[in-house]
Amino acid sequence: MAYSDKVIDHYENPRNVGTLDKADEAVGTGLVGAPACGDVMRLQIRVNDDGIIEDARFKTFGCGSAIASSSLATEWIKGRHIDEAATLKNSQIAEELNLPPVKIHCSVLAEDAVKSAIEDYRKKQAVRRALAGEGASRADLAGEEASV
Amino acid sequence: MAVQLPIFMDNHSTTRVDPRVLEAMLPYFTDDFGNAASRTHAFGWKAEAAIEASRETIARFIGAESGREIVFTSGATEADNLAIKGIAEYYGAKGKHLVTSAIEHKAVLDSCKRLEKDGFSVTYLPVGKDGLVEPAAVEQAIRRDTILVSVMLANNEVGTVQSLEEIGKITRAKGVLFHTDAVQGIGKTPFDVRKMNVDLASLTAHKIYGPKGIGALYVRRSRPRVRLVAQMDGGGHERGNRSGTLNVPGAVGFAKALELYEREGAAENERILGLRQRLYDKLTGRLEKVELNGDWERRLPGNLNVSFSFVEGEAMMMAIKDVAVSSGSACTSASLEPSYVLRAMGLDEDLAHSSIRFGIGRFNTEEEVDYVAELVAAEVERLRAMSPLYEMYQEGIDLKSIQWSAH
Repeated sequence: MAYSDKVIDHYENPRNVGTLDKADEAVGTGLVGAPACGDVMRLQIRVNDDGIIEDARFKTFGCGSAIASSSLATEWIKGRHIDEAATLKNSQIAEELNLPPVKIHCSVLAEDAVKSAIEDYRKKQAVRRALAGEGASRADLAGEEASV
Repeated sequence: MAVQLPIFMDNHSTTRVDPRVLEAMLPYFTDDFGNAASRTHAFGWKAEAAIEASRETIARFIGAESGREIVFTSGATEADNLAIKGIAEYYGAKGKHLVTSAIEHKAVLDSCKRLEKDGFSVTYLPVGKDGLVEPAAVEQAIRRDTILVSVMLANNEVGTVQSLEEIGKITRAKGVLFHTDAVQGIGKTPFDVRKMNVDLASLTAHKIYGPKGIGALYVRRSRPRVRLVAQMDGGGHERGNRSGTLNVPGAVGFAKALELYEREGAAENERILGLRQRLYDKLTGRLEKVELNGDWERRLPGNLNVSFSFVEGEAMMMAIKDVAVSSGSACTSASLEPSYVLRAMGLDEDLAHSSIRFGIGRFNTEEEVDYVAELVAAEVERLRAMSPLYEMYQEGIDLKSIQWSAH
């Protein structure tokens, strides 16, 4: 299978590989995919008080297209507000990387990873607000602990 | 010495034609180009003589009684089809059951699937983690209506060499015909149709430094005399078993490739085994969590199939693009399913996705092995550094304990 130049570029020079402290309140972590399916993406964001994604990092187990999709996704969401980042569509990634049909699932996974990281961050914030006395009791939130 | 790139280390897929094979073939394209079926002139006689000499060489190499037991085909896929469907069609009135293994080549498996649609039933024997078929399982699978057992000599992915001699004893005792796809093993591991009681054997030239487009089916002619129904209609060539003008240069090249094995095979296999050991030692010396797939002892000398845990196979191949190898990761296939051979061996799917098959052959050098080992180790380290699974492994997290999302 021939890869597009953009896939090769992201694969050979992946942007934003790394790990953020998942215990940090300002960090949201998304872990999607499954080893049995041949791809797992972990995408993390650090969000400031204005809701802007200051940093994004990924690690991916998967083929070149999966690595390129996650690399591109981190590049795109960095500097954006989480509400805007949440609108990222897999089709944008697929188009930018020129993915063939058999590799579209890689871009879907990257979209899922972004959404999952944002969701994790939002949950953490809800917990934080609750603990600060803004609403529900601790007991109500027991089931809402971030799962990753 | 600097190595030349790209390096071909995928000798299970095909092989370079040995220059000596090519040289033997050349006159049959230009000077002695006759049709072996032309009985009326010298061009035909010369071609026929070349064909008959080639048949004898092939027969001798596999321990057959005579060249008349060799049916030339276009390759092993055709030979597998002819053997399985041809036997089923001839002996179908006697019984409609076949036994094969789950790790056969697709030419065997899909021929069996076709027969299932036509009212036959097939038992697909499982293999162990070692990639080997239990002869006892063959014995248990044989029924009163079993007409054929088909088990390969050596597997194309993990290189495991099956116990044909034991299986042959069973099939002979039970009066069931025995076919083997001997493509990967011939020349590289002992194979003798008499000693192993093999009744039909599929062969091909292009895995043994011969040309593509020529193969053969060995069909035993005595004790027992094996009959089959031709699957190609036409001029009645090959004693009516396979119509079609014979590929004379191909047959000559096939025979020449085997002659080279007769002379040099033992030393060559020894050398290749040394290279395989060298590659394995270098990889495992530098990297942790390199899992060997398939039995280590009963394996083709040039085969090394390993899983580099936490690294996906296709990404790995992309990283070492100047080295031709293959992977059990089916990331490129439409099904997205990893290798059926590795799954049949009970390998965890993530490890199947991480598998790489190295196929070392005649033209590989020690320098190439060193280069490949160095490159692969460096790229595995690079890809592990960006693998979330490797990070989890290092943190002591059991990957099996995680609730993964299916997609």
